[in-house]
Amino acid sequence: MLYSEKVMDHFRNPRNIGKMDDADAVGEVGNARCGDIMKMYLKIEDGIIKDVKFNTFGCASAIATSSIATEMIKGQKIEDALKLTNKAVVEALDGLPPAKIHCSVLAEEAVKAALADYYKKQGLPVDPSIFGCVDCESCGGCGV
Amino acid sequence: MIYLKTVYADNAATTPLCAEAFEAMKQSMLEDYANASSLHTPGQIAAAKVLEARREIAELIGANADEIYFTSGGTESDNWAITSAALRGEKQGKKHIISTAFEHHAVLHTLKDLERRGFDVTYLDVHSDGYVRPDELEKAIRADTCLVTVMYANNEIGTIQPIDEIGRICKEKKVCFHTDAVQAVGHLPINVKAQNIDMLSFSSHKFHGPKGIGALYCRKGIILANFMQGGAQEHGKRPGTVNTPAILGTAAALKKSCADMEKNARYVSDLRDRLIDSILTTIPRSRLNGGRSERLPGNASFCFEGIEGESLLLHLDLKGICGSSGSACTSGSLDPSHVLLALGLPHEIAHGSLRLTLSEYNTAEDVDRIISVLPQIVAMLRDMSPVWERIMKEENSDAVQ
Repeated sequence: MLYSEKVMDHFRNPRNIGKMDDADAVGEVGNARCGDIMKMYLKIEDGIIKDVKFNTFGCASAIATSSIATEMIKGQKIEDALKLTNKAVVEALDGLPPAKIHCSVLAEEAVKAALADYYKKQGLPVDPSIFGCVDCESCGGCGV
Repeated sequence: MIYLKTVYADNAATTPLCAEAFEAMKQSMLEDYANASSLHTPGQIAAAKVLEARREIAELIGANADEIYFTSGGTESDNWAITSAALRGEKQGKKHIISTAFEHHAVLHTLKDLERRGFDVTYLDVHSDGYVRPDELEKAIRADTCLVTVMYANNEIGTIQPIDEIGRICKEKKVCFHTDAVQAVGHLPINVKAQNIDMLSFSSHKFHGPKGIGALYCRKGIILANFMQGGAQEHGKRPGTVNTPAILGTAAALKKSCADMEKNARYVSDLRDRLIDSILTTIPRSRLNGGRSERLPGNASFCFEGIEGESLLLHLDLKGICGSSGSACTSGSLDPSHVLLALGLPHEIAHGSLRLTLSEYNTAEDVDRIISVLPQIVAMLRDMSPVWERIMKEENSDAVQ
């Protein structure tokens, strides 16, 4: 099998799937040309991520990485959610095939893009050293 | 978990072995163990069986027995044919080759290699319907053209190329014509002499024969280059101990496929048409890839907007349905299928491709299963897709305007 049981589980039964009408912040990363887009919605209260939802266009690992990333940040303080790395996502899924690592990068970026949106809405500075380059190019996967 | 019978709809990838081939191989594996190149009686018995199989195979495609060279399959045959023609051309100062942009990688990568070695390759447009235009081929032929290589039928979208006309043009212009007929042999009537085909590649496992064997038909008078050095097998051109069981299995499978060809084509294309009609009417924003008229009997290739092919494929697999996709994620690269891009489809749409390929082993119930499951999976994936959300938003704002 190409994917671990964990990946298949999150692909079959994605957690926190769907849209959020009253989201405090929304982040979208990837592009359709590369075949992956992740959109993440956050509900934030007192600096804590109270609720997360996501929508993803992409392959099984794109769906699984975004699903597990929402689980990993739900209930977390913003500062802790910003520490989520793609490596942690890969480990939580018991590994990804080498060609799919970029999906985990995208999941990390989706979280950061949503939090950057929150910062902007709050009038807070978005520090690139924390948020990184929040766009498709930084994944380096597709060379667009 | 409810046990579901597998619906195998990936016959363009490979086909199940037929009983005739299995029996022929089983018997041969047990009995014909002697080396067909040996001079003792068991060896000569094996050699006689191989010769008989070679004759049968040759006859079924309108060739002579000594024009059939057994290989490991389609990839080797394509590599061998194209490289040989290029070497011959180079000796005469002809370094131009004509092909298409949607060939199999066995052809395309061989051509890329030749380009690195100074050959000039023209890739004919296959247009949005997936067919080469003979007049465009004719115009592309130059004084230094040494080879035209155009596939008989495309492996992804099933479009059958105008081989008769291409053969006629190549004969007239005295240019060698090779065709990768991996998807066509055993499924479509072929006569290499009548169709002016100089070289033709095929693979046994695409018509219910064994894997790991195929052949190159090479018209008498055309000299093949040696890829490997060794013994005198295959006229000394393709050395290595003769694979007697696989050759007998190939002959048995091809005989069966050709005997039932008309019946199978009618049956399979009826299944295919019902599948295509149902999917295109029940799933909005779906399209059939490639023209409908000249199409392999079993091929149904779709694109569904707003979703990605690998997810679709794996959800189908969870429901016991085997298909394939030209999406980037299934190809191991980040670009979707070169075939779909050659049709001019944008990346976004080509990512959402699904190929279902049927054979005479499929049943009406198989098609019913696909029809009942596929629309739900597409709807479920669209429901979670930001791309689909955008498409719907645009559609609604268009409607308002």
